[in-house]
Amino acid sequence: MTDEIPEIDSVTGTGVPIRGNDIDTDQIIPARFMKVVTFDGLGEFAFFDLRFDEDDNQKDHPFNEPQFQDASVMAVNANFGCGSSREHAPQALMRWGIDAIIGESFAEIFAGNCLALGIPTVTADHDTIVELQEWIDENPDGEIHVDVEAETVTYGDTTIEATVDDAQRRALTEGVWDTTALMKSNADAVADKAAALPYVDE
Amino acid sequence: MSEGTLYDKVWEEHTVAELPTGQTQLFVGLHLIHEVTSPQAFGMLQERDLEVAYPELTHATVDHIVPTSDQSRPYRDDAAEEMMSELEENVRESGIQFSDPTTGDQGIVHVIGPEQGLTQPGKTIVCGDSHTSTHGAFGALAFGIGTSQIRDVLATQTVAMEKKKVRKIEVTGELGPGVEAKDVILEVIRRLGTEGGVGYVYEYAGEAIENLDMEGRMSICNMSIEGGARAGYVNPDETTYEWLKETDYFQENPEKFDELKPYWESIRSDEDAEYDDVVTIDGSELEPVVTWGTTPGQGIGISEPIPEPESLPADKQDTARRAQEHMRVTPGETMEGYEIDVAFLGSCTNARLPDLRRAAEVVEGRQVHEDVRAMVVPGSQRVKAAAEAEGLDEIFEEAGFEWRNAGCSMCLGMNEDQLEGDEASASSSNRNFVGRQGSKDGRTVLMNPRMVAAAAIEGAVTDVRELKEVTTV
Repeated sequence: MTDEIPEIDSVTGTGVPIRGNDIDTDQIIPARFMKVVTFDGLGEFAFFDLRFDEDDNQKDHPFNEPQFQDASVMAVNANFGCGSSREHAPQALMRWGIDAIIGESFAEIFAGNCLALGIPTVTADHDTIVELQEWIDENPDGEIHVDVEAETVTYGDTTIEATVDDAQRRALTEGVWDTTALMKSNADAVADKAAALPYVDE
Repeated sequence: MSEGTLYDKVWEEHTVAELPTGQTQLFVGLHLIHEVTSPQAFGMLQERDLEVAYPELTHATVDHIVPTSDQSRPYRDDAAEEMMSELEENVRESGIQFSDPTTGDQGIVHVIGPEQGLTQPGKTIVCGDSHTSTHGAFGALAFGIGTSQIRDVLATQTVAMEKKKVRKIEVTGELGPGVEAKDVILEVIRRLGTEGGVGYVYEYAGEAIENLDMEGRMSICNMSIEGGARAGYVNPDETTYEWLKETDYFQENPEKFDELKPYWESIRSDEDAEYDDVVTIDGSELEPVVTWGTTPGQGIGISEPIPEPESLPADKQDTARRAQEHMRVTPGETMEGYEIDVAFLGSCTNARLPDLRRAAEVVEGRQVHEDVRAMVVPGSQRVKAAAEAEGLDEIFEEAGFEWRNAGCSMCLGMNEDQLEGDEASASSSNRNFVGRQGSKDGRTVLMNPRMVAAAAIEGAVTDVRELKEVTTV
C-alpha cells in the first residue's frame, strides 16, 4: 500500500459493448464465485453464466470475442450493476481489464464500489450510448478517451458530452477516491461524535 | 432539497466532516458484518497496518454460506468452511462480537440486528449487504456498502457519502385480507421501477404502513434497494418502541429506553417536513402481487394479465421479452396456475416469526403438492426456537415442508440450497434475477409468505385468498 493515490483525470483504451438494461451484479459475478476470501482471480469469472453454458462451452458474449480481449472501456445501458452490493462485481470487471465504464445509468452501490477502485462511471443518454456501442462494434481497435475532468468522451471524430457525478469527478481527479487515510485523519472529530451521540455506550 | 425529514436529521446528527470531494464523512453507529463481504476488508486493513477503530460498534454473524441442514464443523463444503474460519479469526483478533451458530443467536444479519436490539431509531447502520435497508423499519438510516467501504468503517467508524434526495411514499387506506407488506413493496417497485429510487432515500408513510407490525415494515424497507433506493425508512412510533422494549439490549438496560426515547422522538420527520418527491399509493386497491419476470419490478396483481412487451415503455421492452422467454410465460395470461417445483419460505425479507405464523395458518391441515420440494428456513436461530415453541415446525413438517436451520439458504446460490436445472420456485425472497437461486436456468416467482404456502400446496401459483377450505373428516 502506498500513500499516494493516483489522480485519474482520464482513461483511454479500446471499448467493449455490453448491451441490456438492469444487468445485475449476480450476472456480473454469480454468487458461487464469491466463496473466496480474496478478490484475486475473479476476472475470469466476470459475466460467467452469460459467457459459458453448462459444459463450459463459450456462448456469444463480447467478453469472449477476440477483438475485445484488450478492451478497457465498457459501454453499458441503464441501471447497470443493480442488486447485490457485492464489490466482487467491479473487482471482477477491473481484474478482467476494465478501467472505465460509460452507461445510461448505474445502480448507486455499484457506482460507489467502482469509485472506491478508481473506476469512473460516466453517463450519457440512451441514443448516445447506442451510437457508441455501434461504433465500438465497427471499431474494436478504436481508442476511446474518457475525460473525467472535462466530462467528455471522444472516439473517432466524435466527442460527446457526458456526465460525471460531482463528488466522483473531484475524488478521481484530485486523487482522493481512496478515503481511508483522509477519514482517519479526522479521528478526533470521530471520537467527539461518538461521545456526543446519545446511543453510543461509554 | 428535503428539510426536516428523519433522513435530514439523522444525517446532520452523524456528520463528522465535509470531505474535499464534497462528500460527507458520516459516523456509523452500528456496523454489521458477515462472512462474504468482510474478509477482503480485513485483508486491506492488514495491508495498511490499520486496526479496527471501534470494535464494540461492529457485530458479526454468518448467514450466506452456512448450511441449513447439517451444521457440524468442519462444513462439508470446503469453501464455506474456509470463509467461516476466516471470519472467526478476524473477529477474534479484532475483539468483535460474533453471533455464531453455537450462541443460539446466529441468523441472517438483517434478522439478528433487530432482534438483539442493536438496531435502533436514529442510528446510522451499514453492512456489506444491499439489504441493510431493512433496518430502516426502525427509523434508522441504514444502507448497504461495498468492501472498500467496510475497510473504511473498520478503520475509521465512518463512511464517505453523498446526501440523497427524499421521496415520501404514502400508502393510504387499509390493506385488504390476504394482502401483505410484501405486496406493498412489490407494487412500489413495479410502479416506480427498479431504478426509480436511484439518488433517493424512501420514506414509507401513511395509514397502511403505520398499521403494519415491525416485521412487515422490515419486509418493505428490505426491498427498497430493489427499487434502486439504497435506504428506506419508517418513522419510529409506539409500534417501534413496544418492539424495542422486548429486545435484549433494552431488557438488559431498561434505563436506556427512557433515556433514548426523546432522541427517537426528535428525529421523526416533522409534520411540515419538505420532500423532494411524494408518491401516493392506495393500499386498499392492492391484491397479492407476484413477479412474472427476472427483475423485482416485473410484478403484477395475481388476477392481472402478464403484460405484452409492446405495451411497456420502450426502454423496458427488451428486458421484458428476454424475461418472458426465460420464465416461459405468455403475455395475456395471469400467473395463476404457473407450475412450480420448489417452494422457498425464507430470506431476510420474509423469514421472521409472523411470516412463518401466517404461512403456517395456510399450511395447517393441508399437504404439499407431490411434485413440490418445499422448505422453511427461519431467519435466525431465535426465530426457529420461537416457532418451535409454538409448534409451527410440526405444522410445516406434517404438511411435507422441510424445517431447516437459519441462514440465507435458497435466496442466493452460495450454500447447499439451490435450484436445479430449470426448476421454478415460489419464493418469499427478494430477487428473481436469472441464476440468483443457484441455477442459471432456474425460474423464480417472488411473492408473500402465504402465497408461497398456497403455491406449495397447489403445485402452482395460486391466489391464497381463493384456496379451497380445509375439509375436516
